[in-house]
Amino acid sequence: MTMADLVPLLKAEHLTMRFGGVVANDDITFTLEEMELRCLIGPNGAGKSTFFKTLTGQLVPTSGAIAFRGQPIAGKLSHEIARMGIGIKTQVPNVFNGLSVRENIWLAVRRKATPRAQGPAVDAVLEMTRLTDHADRIVTTLSHGQRQWVEIGMVLAAEPELILLDEPAAGMTDEETLHTAAIIREINKSRAIIVVEHDMEFIKQIAKKVTVFHQGRVLVEDTVDKVLADQRVRDVYLGKKVAA
Amino acid sequence: MAVRFSLVAQAVVVVLAIVAIAVIPSVLELFAMMQLTLFAAMAVLALSLAFIWGFGGILSFGQTAFFGLGGYAYAISAVNFQDSTPSILLAIIIPALFAAILGYFIFFGRISDVYLGVITLTVTLILFNCVNSTSGDEYRIGKALLGGFNGMPAVPTFNVPFYPDQALSPEQSWWVTGGVLLGVFLLLRLLLSLPAGRIVVAVRENEVRASLLGYDPRKVKLLAFILSGAIAGLAGALYVNWGAFVGPTIFSLSLSAEIIIWITVGGLGTLLGPIVGCVLIEYIVAYIGSQQALNSNLVLGAVLIVFVLLLPKGLVPTARDLVMRLVHAPKAKKQLVDEQVPSSAAASHMAGAE
Repeated sequence: MTMADLVPLLKAEHLTMRFGGVVANDDITFTLEEMELRCLIGPNGAGKSTFFKTLTGQLVPTSGAIAFRGQPIAGKLSHEIARMGIGIKTQVPNVFNGLSVRENIWLAVRRKATPRAQGPAVDAVLEMTRLTDHADRIVTTLSHGQRQWVEIGMVLAAEPELILLDEPAAGMTDEETLHTAAIIREINKSRAIIVVEHDMEFIKQIAKKVTVFHQGRVLVEDTVDKVLADQRVRDVYLGKKVAA
Repeated sequence: MAVRFSLVAQAVVVVLAIVAIAVIPSVLELFAMMQLTLFAAMAVLALSLAFIWGFGGILSFGQTAFFGLGGYAYAISAVNFQDSTPSILLAIIIPALFAAILGYFIFFGRISDVYLGVITLTVTLILFNCVNSTSGDEYRIGKALLGGFNGMPAVPTFNVPFYPDQALSPEQSWWVTGGVLLGVFLLLRLLLSLPAGRIVVAVRENEVRASLLGYDPRKVKLLAFILSGAIAGLAGALYVNWGAFVGPTIFSLSLSAEIIIWITVGGLGTLLGPIVGCVLIEYIVAYIGSQQALNSNLVLGAVLIVFVLLLPKGLVPTARDLVMRLVHAPKAKKQLVDEQVPSSAAASHMAGAE
């Protein structure tokens, strides 16, 4: 048995993030195993996006530790963490607006792929995200849903070991949402994913284990069925939606 | 097909530019050629800001700091060595080193864009005041007397490399200056088509995304800043070669502002635009200077306001959009395809990016 089998892919311990008097993340302990697919849910302001930001170096946690395959990452810079193998699709699409779709994907591909392999790799990602027909368009001319795809495409193209998706289905049609769910299941065959989402139907399609955030803390962590049946979760978040 | 056509077209334009540079001395009078030499030196300075501002997204108000450092580095070493060969190199290296140190603190200190403007502006003022207060015999570097406000007269001009006694004629100086302008232009064009240049543009577009993909924006911006400083320094050497003189007004704020006007008029985000803007504005300023009816600063201000209000994209992008529309309009009518509009917009943008 090697070390990698003993150490979880991601481990956050007693993670706290304060903004002045506001505690966005309060003593969060969170573990993700290799190849796991985890859904993060919780009402607005529960601290999900803040948690993602501390995982990717966009924020330095006030206290606590984060380890990626046993390597500490809290306090490291975003590009250092990205190079270690964590990729993120942020809540508000973060894309290169003035560049073409192809160039956006290429910028993600070229960090790992050899020059010869870059072209085919870009084409494969364009195909997977259904952007082939829009490859030469400037990203700013695309719809919100398509820009979501460009960003998802960039994350996939960089081939990270851990993929963080912050509301990947926001602004997508039902059909696009189904396609997103299919892609997530597909990439989960080879890498670990954490998904933040509000859409319960979407969660049901992909989820195995769900973690519920509430007021900066972990409220429940269990299988999707048990979480949806949990009275506390219904009270704070799902409310009438599930009861009805 | 389209790519091959544009490559051929670009090659033709480059050959035409080379021919134009070659024949200008036999076509123009000495005075006009000297004036063009000055404009070409200034256009190299314009390119240095066009790159860092238009493609790096960094508005440096103090480009004249590097320009002036290049000018003084050239002048001081030319007086000492009596040979322009190492002096031109120093005029590139010293401003580049200065840009490296300044840029390190700015970019690695995570100073915001607004303060970057303030800092570069202030550094220019500091250099002006330092050099301005160097009158007196005690302020000398080797054989070179700095001369304070009066500057350094009779600076040796360019000579044939490694032959200090063979000074260049005005014609040869023009060829060197025009050639450097073309060379820097092509170098930047090449760079912007290579992965390194695309990464500079990506960081301009979205720094957060670039770093989340594993690019270090601080490093990218620092390298772009150093290159820009080196080009501005080279422009300083060309400028001193033109006038055989350097004084502290080379660090002046009005020149810093003028570069920004050149680029605004010519077109931000292009390389050709700033050259066009620079030559046009400098020509107008020189013309106004030769007669007494109008104040040149007043005219410059008016030109800037007119452009910002009426042609905010600048001359070159506006002309390009016009050409694109003329070329694509008949096709779009025939085909009646909605895709035409975004793809032509994309094409014009790509042209701008490269």
